[in-house]
Amino acid sequence: MFEQYDTEGFFDELFESGGNPRTFAQPLIQRIDSMPKEDLFRRQTEADAAFMNMGVTFTVYGENEGTERIFPFDIIPRLVDGREWETVEKGLKQRICALNLFINDVYNDQKILKDGVVPADLILSAASFREQCIGLKPPRGIWCHITGTDLIRDKDGSFYVLEDNLRCPSGVSYVLENRHILKRTFPYVFQTSQIRAIDDYPNRLRDLLEYLAPDPVANPSVAVLTPGVYNSAYFEHSFLARQMGVELVEGRDLVVRNGFVYMRTTKGFQRVNVLYRRIDDDFLDPKAFNPESLLGVPGLFDSYRQGKIALVNAPGTGIADDKVIYAFVPKIIKYYLDEDPILPNVPTYVCSEPDDMKYVLENLDTLVVKAANESGGYGMLVGVHSTEEQRADFAERIKANPRNYIAQPTISLSRAPVIVGDHFEGRHVDLRPFILYGEDIFVLPGGLTRVALKKGSLVVNSSQGGGSKDTWVVADQYQPMRRMEQTQTASMAQAS
Amino acid sequence: MLSRVASAIYWMSRYIERAENVARFVDVNFKLMLDMPSGTHNQWDPLVSITGDLEWFKKKYGEPTQANVVQFLTFDSEYPNSIYSCLEMARENARSVREVISSEMWEQINTFYLSTKKAAGVKLSLDRMHDFYAKVRDGSHLFSGITDGTMSHGEGWNFARMGRMLERADKTSRIVDIKYFILLPRSYDVGTPIDNIQWSALLSSASGFHMYKKQYGHIDPNNVAQFLILDRHFPRSISFCLIRAEQSLHEISNTPVGTFSNEAEQYLGRLRSDLNFTSIKEIVGQGMHEFLDGFQIKLNEVGEKIHQTFFDLSVGPSEHFFKQDLYQVN
Repeated sequence: MFEQYDTEGFFDELFESGGNPRTFAQPLIQRIDSMPKEDLFRRQTEADAAFMNMGVTFTVYGENEGTERIFPFDIIPRLVDGREWETVEKGLKQRICALNLFINDVYNDQKILKDGVVPADLILSAASFREQCIGLKPPRGIWCHITGTDLIRDKDGSFYVLEDNLRCPSGVSYVLENRHILKRTFPYVFQTSQIRAIDDYPNRLRDLLEYLAPDPVANPSVAVLTPGVYNSAYFEHSFLARQMGVELVEGRDLVVRNGFVYMRTTKGFQRVNVLYRRIDDDFLDPKAFNPESLLGVPGLFDSYRQGKIALVNAPGTGIADDKVIYAFVPKIIKYYLDEDPILPNVPTYVCSEPDDMKYVLENLDTLVVKAANESGGYGMLVGVHSTEEQRADFAERIKANPRNYIAQPTISLSRAPVIVGDHFEGRHVDLRPFILYGEDIFVLPGGLTRVALKKGSLVVNSSQGGGSKDTWVVADQYQPMRRMEQTQTASMAQAS
Repeated sequence: MLSRVASAIYWMSRYIERAENVARFVDVNFKLMLDMPSGTHNQWDPLVSITGDLEWFKKKYGEPTQANVVQFLTFDSEYPNSIYSCLEMARENARSVREVISSEMWEQINTFYLSTKKAAGVKLSLDRMHDFYAKVRDGSHLFSGITDGTMSHGEGWNFARMGRMLERADKTSRIVDIKYFILLPRSYDVGTPIDNIQWSALLSSASGFHMYKKQYGHIDPNNVAQFLILDRHFPRSISFCLIRAEQSLHEISNTPVGTFSNEAEQYLGRLRSDLNFTSIKEIVGQGMHEFLDGFQIKLNEVGEKIHQTFFDLSVGPSEHFFKQDLYQVN
């Protein structure tokens, strides 16, 4: 079925440049080849219907009608070689460990600033720097408990870190649901390949949350705090609460009394020990942050400072995923761990540096420019796909506020085959693995592969026409299933 | 259980039940009209009257006709009690408590809503409406079956059952009331075949025709009323619904039936006892419509009290509560 498929000179996740499937992808490709075409497309249709019926949706801002959409899903999984994954895993652990030390330092001793490794004014001028967090000592010394780091591959196939998402990264629910659907779609391949399991993520997440409970209580009460049903990631909030078996609360369900946080229940008020909050810092507590916030809980931050509740992630972590600070992460790793980064950064020009800004302004047509504090693919200029007007507009914006912009060379992003009509075409992909930092650091094997469904597009965000794929971390040799040797008569004999 | 969550479950369940009952109303009217002697004027206004929203209707649609009443009660997205709106509200509520209800419940409610939305888009011809209403009824039955079969019968389930039973009690009272509004062609038609046909139609709109027949054999207005209002075993009778709702209420507060620890229990207990110790003779003597009207008012009060006791977030927390819960009693 892949005879016509052409990698067109890009690094392809499933095929070598000659058109042969990569070793670890062979069982999958063979399986697909052995299926009648209609059968494969029917499975795609069934998967779409399953997502719609299960209500696995996200909400798009700025549209009234039909605001709920399913996140388009392509049933052809993206595969990662198990051995290569080991390196990625090590690299991510190293990075998260260093970033956590960095955040703690920035809000406490500020050694790294005093030593001049990261310019102090960059930190203090960052929109994501939270003065309120100065001097804070979060439970167990952990700030960034849940991270979704964006990785990409360049033409040569090596992984780069594109972004660190340390605030409220979303997407893990799709990872779990995608896997759920694919097990129905390709049961045979699951049986015969060694695909690393991801299903225990909710258990690990709950363990992590309970581990952070401030007082040693036997059964810490954990809740997920959501902005509500109209939030774009509401499905995920609800999904995680359900999978963990904990309450899903909104700000209006909570009240702070005597420094403790309570939720209002049909039987009165009940203490909450740990909040996995999916509300941004700004909206968390009108008394401490944005006073206009109606979503938050007045007094919550104060309770947190007093150590009466744990917040996950800690407020203030945004300072480490500021796109300008990103450029300094390799130095941050070296500074705290005295190690070289295992996963490289994409080369980054920081516009607040005069030389860099000059270079950026001269090369807008080949660079990708990003605003430091935007996400979701907004506030971004992709030079090669931009118009003269757009470039002029960005040049103005950069000159007006150099601190707010960085630029990177256009990376050609690896591709993977997706179903388009009745055939396969290559589309660009990235990868967002999820990392949990609790008693130890855990990296979920695989993660969310986002795919830019528009032909040639490099923007993979769901709000901009992106879709997703299941991600399989596979060992390249598989072991056959152990035969079930015991039969009924044998076990009966044992019983007697 | 969170107050907000309890409220969402309760309303989710009420709205599904409401959608089902609206489908029953419209369907019974279709049947009634078929049996009216030719030449008699089609009566669609009683259907609007029993919703209590006649004025709202007249403002938007003018005089009630078959087509506009059907549109109003089925697909009108501006009218909050149309089948479509009810399902939309039920789904919105379910969406906000997906982590509490079973995934099977959510899938059913979501599929139910999406298929109704689709039907609203294609403008079904009137003669296909019967199938559509049957589907709505089945969708609701499926939902309550899935709820009973997949959700733990704990606090959340009791809120769901209480919502369903209170809603059904109210709607059955309105089904019985239809008869009051429908005019017989001539006054001396009372007690004639037409009158009987109408009572039979009422029974079948409450799915009670066969059960009634088994019990009473012949159609008799007083017996039909007795059956739909006071019967303790028929699952759509008002009395049955109140008994079950009261059981759930006491499961929630963990108090024995026959006592009360809050106003919700007090009001519902009183209403249920009143009904259990009333005879159909007294009801007819008082006037059926007057009785049903009074009942609906009292039932609304019960709803109010449930809201105040369990859902209302604006009531400030008392110190007493906090002291009690300082050491996390679960």
